[in-house]
Amino acid sequence: MFGETLDVGIGNCLDKFGREIDLGFPCGPKIEDLAKKGTQYLGLPYSIKGMDLAFSGLLTAAENYVRHGKRIEDVCYSLQETTFAMLTEVTERAMAHTEKQEVLLGGGVASNTRLRDMVQTMARDRGAHFFVPSKDVCVDNGAMIAWLGFLMYESGLRMSLDESLINQRFRTDMVEVTWRD
Amino acid sequence: MTKKILYRGAEAEIRLSEYMGKTVVLKQRVKKAYRIKEIDRHLIAYRTKEEAKLIAEARSYGVSVPLLYDVDLTKGAITMEYLAGSRVKDILNGLEESERKRICFKIGESIARLHNHDIIHGDITTSNMIFLHDRIHLIDFGLGCKNSELEAKGVDLHVLMEAFESTHSKYAHCFDYVIEGYSKKFQGDSSAVVKKIEEIVRRGRYR
Repeated sequence: MFGETLDVGIGNCLDKFGREIDLGFPCGPKIEDLAKKGTQYLGLPYSIKGMDLAFSGLLTAAENYVRHGKRIEDVCYSLQETTFAMLTEVTERAMAHTEKQEVLLGGGVASNTRLRDMVQTMARDRGAHFFVPSKDVCVDNGAMIAWLGFLMYESGLRMSLDESLINQRFRTDMVEVTWRD
Repeated sequence: MTKKILYRGAEAEIRLSEYMGKTVVLKQRVKKAYRIKEIDRHLIAYRTKEEAKLIAEARSYGVSVPLLYDVDLTKGAITMEYLAGSRVKDILNGLEESERKRICFKIGESIARLHNHDIIHGDITTSNMIFLHDRIHLIDFGLGCKNSELEAKGVDLHVLMEAFESTHSKYAHCFDYVIEGYSKKFQGDSSAVVKKIEEIVRRGRYR
């Protein structure tokens, strides 16, 4: 695994911000709509540690902007631009480090058009290929989990229904990789 | 002069160039079309400045780093010494275990020398180390900073631990040798740093 959050995930970060300003669930699409009407960039902490990210300081700063009466559209715009630039940057750094020519975006926030645009632009400028599932299967990491299941199945792994359980503590790096050297 | 691209990283292009008759490396940070100009300008100018400052300071404390020749903040360019060695990333997996251990120990010593003066590299991976003349040279301080907190040192080493787990997954145990070297040279309480790394691992998402 190459790079992860050191505190909250990006989806969680957007949800927390949305709850703080009473956007109602789901917050992501609402923040995305508000961000489209943003005109002024408000500086936010940009926190990258190697391949890892930290969002909690930025979240607090964004909430403070709202509290101090900044336009909500501008805060949403700045929040998206900063967090997505961070995500795109670490993705590009991971691609450079591992010398990969393909990137597949996944997860709920992969529904966000601005994030898609940014990662696609990054990939294009590197001469790499960009892939993203359609929006309806991004929700709740649907496509990402299904893709992993496909790889596991292809490598010969079988599991009965009785063994299939929900484990919320299961981490990405706990998967036993049997489909590559 | 025309410059040959040595390496195209995520944020900069590294070219071989010439400076006062010497073969040098030109590190040019490039504009990123994916981010807005406010963020782009800030990051390029800020990181170029920080990197030059930290490289100069690290050198003054006896850490092997490239010699700086020129810095241009508006262009986001740094001209520095060309280190004609090997990236540790490329050689580590192919070494004998005893040699791998020796190199990892040296890596730990170099990091400790930085941390003794509160210099945080910010991106310690084996891609950012050049092995030359039996020394580990640290490069790419673009995500670095000065920070005296234990947390910053822990995060700095945690980045390398993850690099070992991903890029050198068969030799992930070698991170222990890094810590041995680090503990030998670090002037503070290295066991507190090790505890901090464990804490960082524990508090990650979903743990």
